[in-house]
Amino acid sequence: MTLDLEMEEIIKVFFEESFECLDAMESGLLTLDTTADRETINTIFRAAHSIKGGAGTFGFMEIAEFTHSVETLLDEMRNGMRAVTPDAVQVLLQSVDVIREMTQSAQAKQPILTVGADALNGELARILAQKNVVAAAPITDTAALPAAAAPVPPKSAPQAPGNVAVTSISGWRIHFVPELTLFETCNDPMRIFAELAGLGRLDVTAHTDRIPPLPTLDATHCYLSWTLVLHGAIEQARVIEVFDWVETVSKISYEPIYLAPDAGVPSAVGAGAAAPVAARPAAAAEPAAAPAAPLVVAKAGSDAGSIRVATEKVDALINLVGELVITQSMLGRFAEKYDPEDLESLRRGLIQLARNTRELQESVMQIRMLPIGFSFNRFPRLVHDLSRKLGKKVELKLCGENTELDKTVLEKIGDPLVHLVRNALDHGMELPDKRLAAGKSETGTLELNAFHEGGSIIIEVKDDGAGLNKARILAKARERGLVEPDEQLSDEQIYNLIFVAGFSTADTVSDLSGRGVGMDVVRRNINDLGGHVQIFSNEGVGSTIRIRLPLTLAILEGQVLRVGKEIYVASLVSIIETVQPTREHLSSVAGRSELFKHRDSYLPIIRLHDLFDIEPDTRDIAKGLLVVVESDGRRVSILVDELLAQQQVVIKSLETNFKHVPGLAGATIHGDGTVALILDIPGLIHNFLERQSGRIELAA
Amino acid sequence: MAVTILAVDDSASMRQMVSFTLKHAGYTVVQATDGVEALEYARANLVSLVLTDVNMPRMDGITLVRELRQLDTYKFVPMLVLTTEAGQDKKMAGKQAGATGWLVKPFNPEKLLATIAKVL
Repeated sequence: MTLDLEMEEIIKVFFEESFECLDAMESGLLTLDTTADRETINTIFRAAHSIKGGAGTFGFMEIAEFTHSVETLLDEMRNGMRAVTPDAVQVLLQSVDVIREMTQSAQAKQPILTVGADALNGELARILAQKNVVAAAPITDTAALPAAAAPVPPKSAPQAPGNVAVTSISGWRIHFVPELTLFETCNDPMRIFAELAGLGRLDVTAHTDRIPPLPTLDATHCYLSWTLVLHGAIEQARVIEVFDWVETVSKISYEPIYLAPDAGVPSAVGAGAAAPVAARPAAAAEPAAAPAAPLVVAKAGSDAGSIRVATEKVDALINLVGELVITQSMLGRFAEKYDPEDLESLRRGLIQLARNTRELQESVMQIRMLPIGFSFNRFPRLVHDLSRKLGKKVELKLCGENTELDKTVLEKIGDPLVHLVRNALDHGMELPDKRLAAGKSETGTLELNAFHEGGSIIIEVKDDGAGLNKARILAKARERGLVEPDEQLSDEQIYNLIFVAGFSTADTVSDLSGRGVGMDVVRRNINDLGGHVQIFSNEGVGSTIRIRLPLTLAILEGQVLRVGKEIYVASLVSIIETVQPTREHLSSVAGRSELFKHRDSYLPIIRLHDLFDIEPDTRDIAKGLLVVVESDGRRVSILVDELLAQQQVVIKSLETNFKHVPGLAGATIHGDGTVALILDIPGLIHNFLERQSGRIELAA
Repeated sequence: MAVTILAVDDSASMRQMVSFTLKHAGYTVVQATDGVEALEYARANLVSLVLTDVNMPRMDGITLVRELRQLDTYKFVPMLVLTTEAGQDKKMAGKQAGATGWLVKPFNPEKLLATIAKVL
């Protein structure tokens, strides 16, 4: 039925809206950590209020009830009756999580569990019960409102004493004297009388004594007053409810009419009146329970592979395609009739085509680009929760949230970043007293920074904590046999040790980090994305972890290399430098392995022509070029014949078009239609060192 | 002539639920997302009933009612405020601003229609 379908759509909107509200609450609560301004609290309150209203209306009573408790606390904060304490903020944040879970269950048409809510209700009650010391000062002006509101309902009627009244009352005499201004709020006495008549037989007597002489009569005023007699055993609450809207602009008194206590009817009437009330929540729940299932599937499907694109990006594309069509029709003319005199126009057309193509490429790339803010967003909460747990004071600074990067890169960088941030908080940041003792401010700063640098994106995780302890890392590495006892390592090499699998210097293993799993995974993930990690550290001052990533995975900044007749492409970011080796820098170990002395270390030499079995210009290393490449902090040199251009190449997958070939990351097509293979530098290094292990010694 | 109702709520789901219900009951519905938008519409158009939420950004429902009552064309237009059971003080404020009455949230379609039928 279309009715149900439409309702389903509306409930879908409710869910979306609720999640937006929850996000707003969360980010609002996180800013309360530092500054508690009124507008923020208002926004949080409004969000909670919206969720409650919607949840109740759409029949998700568990959500409505729990959100109500949350709202109560927020309302007190909003009115200045309660101070914003870290404790309260924490409970509110947990409440956001609980409401989110409940809403997700509701969306998935699963039963809404109230375990989390029940637990937090206790917490909320505890906070609400606390006598609020801090509020003493601001309470004076702002709290005046609710205080004044409290004694408001002036029930002029005798309090009908509960059950006894119901059985013995046979009707009500109501004196209704509205203020002259009754009509200004568009309340019509006739409406009220009609409603009363719906409860029982009604006698109405109008009093005209207030009507002034005609010249002074204001037609918009209500001069009449009434005495109403309503017959029947009707609960007072039901009668009062009818006058609910006019109560404040009228004098109303309710007088019970008692009759001989032989009437057996009342209880039956009472039961009849109660029934529709009880039926209501059930009715509301019905349309809500019906939909959801197909909706959830659609949601999951759309999340996985789709991108939300700003309209202007699409408009730019359409615009470009339009230009392309014009260029095409312009060039199309030459196919029909070519006159050598047209050569100049042809050339111009081709230049235009080239420009269109480039712009189109850029625009399409733009579509895949998303601001890194999407990934950064989760950190305020994470840092808040973690620093609380660790008893540390940390301020998080986010910079360059608008820096855009490829969607795939963005998705895959999230987890490594979380790991790095956790590490920084757990190991890097000191406890407040330790910081004070070291002459630093009590609150540490953790900075997440993203920016573009020469075709790459740089993401930095920077803390002003203790920095890496070189001595301890080295000692640990020696203990594990990762480093020879007399081996001398540069700072960088020492720092890179923390990326080795199973390496951890943490004295105590916490549930956050320090198990030695992690940093190696972080580095592998980043390498998989074609990026690399660098560590800068200064003991006592802090550390910076710098991640360099390609802007996109579809296009590679490449260095084109030639070996014999074959053309290869190597990722520019992995190349350290290219040198023309002299014979005194070359040596060979154990007959087969060749080494190249590069500055202070010896690098193994990979002969590409041997690896891929091709005929090079020369087999003499001194006559070729050595390209020094690095991955995972390991360096090798690759022998090639010639360096060609540096250019962007579009990566074509070998797996989808052919099959996986060790040492190759993909292929690309050159302008002249020939195919060049893209070298998989990390794979090359890994495979080569595996094969050579045991045969050569790496260091000098 | 169809009866036109101005429904004001910052929550899209509530707005849609309200207008869906009202449309099916044969009313014409105009939606506004907050007080500012509603007031802007009301300055140029006349409706038979205003139905507004209280908590909204930019301009809340109470202020909206007060502002609307200032307009000559809206002096005698019924205005209902959607409020929550907790909002006793809101009811008072709404009344003082000139609201005809209120509808307590959560409500279901029947209750909404019954309440509206009372004032139209």
